Amino acid sequence: MDTKVIKPEAEGRGDRTLKIVGTSPVRPDGVPKVTGLARYGADYALPGMLWGAILRSPHAHARIRSIDSSKASALPGVKAVITSADFPEQKYEFVGPERVAINFWHMTRNVMAREKVLYEGHALAAVAATSKIIAEAALRLIEVDYEVLPHVIDVDEAMQPGAPLLFEDMITRGIDPPPNEASNIAKRIEFSIGDLDAGFAAADEIVEMNFKTAPVHQGYIEPHACLARFDNKGQGEIWAASQGHFVVRAFTARLLDMNIGDVLVHPAEIGGGFGGKTVIYVEPLAAALSRKSGHPVKIMMSREDVFKATGPTSGASMTVRIGVKRDGKLVAADGVFKFQAGAFPGSPVMNATMCGFAPYNIPNVRSVGYDVVCNRPKSAAYRAPGSPISAYAVESVMDAVAAKIGMDPLQFRLVNACRTGTPTVWGPKHAHDGCAETLKALLAHPAYAAPLGRNQGRGVASGFWFNNGGESSATVHVNEDGTVVVATGSMDIGGSRASMAIMAAETLGIEYEDVRAIVADTASIGYTHVTGGSRVTYATGIAVVEACRKVITELCARAAMIWSVEKDQVSWEDGSARRAGAGKHEPLSLKAIAAKRALTGGPIGAEASVNAGGAAPGFASELCDVEVDTETGSVKILRFVVAQDVGRAIHRSYVEGQMEGGAVQGIGWALNEAYVYDDAGHLLNAGFLDYRIPVASDLPMIETVLVEVPNPNHPFGAKGAGEVNIVPVMAAVANAINNAIGRRMTELPMSPPKVLAAIHTAPGK
Amino acid sequence: MSEILYEAPKTLEAAVALLAGAGGQARVLAGGTDLLIQMRAGRVVPGLLVDIKGIVEMTTIVAENGGFRFGAAASCMELVEHQAFAREWPGVTDAVKLIGSVQVKGRATVGGNLCNASPAADSVPALIAAGAVARIVGPGGTREARVEDIPAGPGRTTLADGEIVVSLFLPPRPARSGDAYLRFTPRTEMDIAVVGAGVNLTLDETGVCTHARVSLGAVAERALLVPEAAAALIGSKVDEGALGRLAAAASAACRPIADKRGTREFRVEVAGVLARRAAGIALDRARRKG
Ligand SMILES: Cc1cc2nc3c(=O)[nH]c(=O)nc-3n(C[C@H](O)[C@H](O)[C@H](O)COP(=O)(O)OP(=O)(O)OC[C@H]3O[C@@H](n4cnc5c(N)ncnc54)[C@H](O)[C@@H]3O)c2cc1C
Repeated sequence: MDTKVIKPEAEGRGDRTLKIVGTSPVRPDGVPKVTGLARYGADYALPGMLWGAILRSPHAHARIRSIDSSKASALPGVKAVITSADFPEQKYEFVGPERVAINFWHMTRNVMAREKVLYEGHALAAVAATSKIIAEAALRLIEVDYEVLPHVIDVDEAMQPGAPLLFEDMITRGIDPPPNEASNIAKRIEFSIGDLDAGFAAADEIVEMNFKTAPVHQGYIEPHACLARFDNKGQGEIWAASQGHFVVRAFTARLLDMNIGDVLVHPAEIGGGFGGKTVIYVEPLAAALSRKSGHPVKIMMSREDVFKATGPTSGASMTVRIGVKRDGKLVAADGVFKFQAGAFPGSPVMNATMCGFAPYNIPNVRSVGYDVVCNRPKSAAYRAPGSPISAYAVESVMDAVAAKIGMDPLQFRLVNACRTGTPTVWGPKHAHDGCAETLKALLAHPAYAAPLGRNQGRGVASGFWFNNGGESSATVHVNEDGTVVVATGSMDIGGSRASMAIMAAETLGIEYEDVRAIVADTASIGYTHVTGGSRVTYATGIAVVEACRKVITELCARAAMIWSVEKDQVSWEDGSARRAGAGKHEPLSLKAIAAKRALTGGPIGAEASVNAGGAAPGFASELCDVEVDTETGSVKILRFVVAQDVGRAIHRSYVEGQMEGGAVQGIGWALNEAYVYDDAGHLLNAGFLDYRIPVASDLPMIETVLVEVPNPNHPFGAKGAGEVNIVPVMAAVANAINNAIGRRMTELPMSPPKVLAAIHTAPGK
Repeated sequence: MSEILYEAPKTLEAAVALLAGAGGQARVLAGGTDLLIQMRAGRVVPGLLVDIKGIVEMTTIVAENGGFRFGAAASCMELVEHQAFAREWPGVTDAVKLIGSVQVKGRATVGGNLCNASPAADSVPALIAAGAVARIVGPGGTREARVEDIPAGPGRTTLADGEIVVSLFLPPRPARSGDAYLRFTPRTEMDIAVVGAGVNLTLDETGVCTHARVSLGAVAERALLVPEAAAALIGSKVDEGALGRLAAAASAACRPIADKRGTREFRVEVAGVLARRAAGIALDRARRKG
């Protein structure tokens, strides 16, 4: 694939030439994955291991009157049965930053239902037995007395007065004074700047539209699986694929009322997560079953379980209004975003309210969000959580506004693009550029000027994502032969072992092939937050480089000792210690110093732990060409270009892969992905046959333009690259369809029946 | 826990005897690409699996009386790679090609596609349009039946207990004949037909259609033979007017359900569109065989 790299600004970072950063060396995880040697969550086994199976609710909403597991316990081969009674009650409180607040009262109920089951597939008991077949047979012997309750799934219906309540006493947070009546609205949030009414009053044109999106699943290929080995004294180990084994450890310990230090989590290879594996489901159940039975216990979800019981992202109902001057300057914007949280509060609606208008400089903005519970699995993070949903609404309206004032949609965005210093709706000013640069990259792309045929259309859209820093740890050890091991606490989900090895090799001045990067377990490295929020290359990268720098200091000290000179006489250049004033000594390579380590003080290594601030957000602007079959409503994606500000690509092809993957997931979200429920709230398409993520033949080769506006806070300028690529996709596709057939699709997915129905309506509304 | 026995007989007689002796607890196993999935989901719990892939007359493709006979247990890949067959029956070949991926087709069979009796099975409308005849053996001996008479409804066939579809016979083709099959799916591959349409037609020297068969899949409880749609073509030059009447007749014949794969209105409308497009392809192919 032919990739463009655009470096809009001269690099301010000393301008030294990089040898490895920005190339695409062989990925260290590649061979084990393609030869089947990589060990995923389901690949672990221990002697004496039992199989765990989970009893799941057949109802969308029901009170649990009683659970009788006596027959199941009596079945030969069954070693333990657990219910919510095996987990301590948790305090009702929201902890952590509001954007990602956690309430363990909810979490314990999500992994194991207590008073009620709140969605079809909700776990309410689990069994460990000597075989999978016995465990499953035992589930059928558990007698549950349910009082089936009316249920609600659609977000607008769930907000209606009189809707069935999931929590009879839940009062909406974020409203002052608080409402008297309980409702399904868990939280209301509002951000605003400027004077909205004055802004709209000054507008020459105003466009307002309503939108609906379907909830979608992350669709990772590996179902959740884990193996747990716990003793009854309160110590244990877990092998699991997750996006953060430290978080698995913390959550599991909390739900089991254990000390964090008594739980050891081993990171298994991960088969995709996209945010959906930042939370736990099977781990505390396997641990509790193991503790109770005294055997190791393995639990594997089926694909059906994954669809019915793990976090999709929210479906939403939204209204967006934008006011503009005839010259193209935005003057006001108002958005109301109502998100399905699923069975427990915590949809990504807050992100949605923050990100929606973030790419633009708009003086008067209001952004309102509602977090609404309903009888579906609790939502979990999915690639730039919340942002793609609000971007679909905002960027569709932006397209309509541009058309109304007769302006090119990219130029229109460029005129209004945010820059360093532009205020955001949530307060702080933007601290980085990147938005305008992606727009310029797309404007200059040959695709933007390419001619279109009959029933073909072109759409563009932009998007914003925060990216993140946070806590990370890394160690760097010099081996006896001068090769290097880099260990971090970051699960490698998008190529972090490759990028860590690149950054270490670059910093140390050695070959990439001489660096082995691994992911260490929770007892072997310092706390490291999840692989999520596009934070790893940034934050864990900083830790790796810092540890490498400490190692360099040590290497220089050893060289000084060998040469019997002062430390400050030695500098590190190109992988070797060099003596100032030169001439006197041949440089000492890392290998040479490693060979003399024992004589100069012993093993050489260093650790660095950071809480990295200064992360820079990601921007993406994207172009989509479609062809619509006007007789069937089928939409073919002809061309798709992603221009994304990545700060600096560390491993180039991995970054391209992220951009391609985000585009593809967004295309699935745009065209076909949706949960289909029957009237009783049962999911009808809990499998990849009828939950349609795109297949390769549905897609063109995604074209990537890596825009590199470096983040000065990272040693190599990296920004996160994993998420913002999905943000503009649905709007870009919708805008392209509108361009092709003159119909604005305001509901996702834009599936053939919906597009065909739109074609039968009058155009241009 | 229940036991499943597995047998792989080498002759038809042995297979029939095994099925007859199992008291309704047996299942024929061809490629297993439907059956094994149903077993894993717990929807089918057989006591005996009779694997028929070792029976010679069920796995060979032969020329017979100017037509073709292929074993019901020949793999879909063997069929689509059979060049003489593909030349003669490009529509049937296209339909078989649509079944799953190359890997799935390496296992899957046309007999399984037919006997699984999914209304959306891809090869069935193409076989019906082609006028295919199935040879069936069972405890009562051997009989022949037209393909359209075998599926009865979702998961149900008109086969008697213990009967096996041995082979399918496609009749000799007159000159200037062509067939085509199209399906509509939201995805381009690895999907299930929301609508399928098979058309097979023959032209005379002047380009007038003398014979046509039209079949629709996924728009009723089983694949339908639609004589009214064929009648719209016969006697015409398959011009725009005839194609329009064909589309209308095809849509009128639909009696679909609305389900997770498509609404009723959508299926009815698209059935007409696909029938028209398939007829266009069949027409081109017939003209090229002039
Ligand atoms: C990933 C995937 C994709 C698929 N895609 C498609 C698709 O695009 N289109 C499509 O139509 N299908 C598709 N299928 C379904 C399936 O592959 C086909 O229906 C296939 O043709 C079944 O053939 P089989 O030999 O595997 O049948 P089996 O599973 O072996 O048998 C199916 C049923 O027919 C019975 N049976 C089989 N042979 C005979 C016989 N000779 N006589 C009597 N009874 C018999 C069996 O007892 C069983 O009940 C797909 C399946 C998978 C797994």
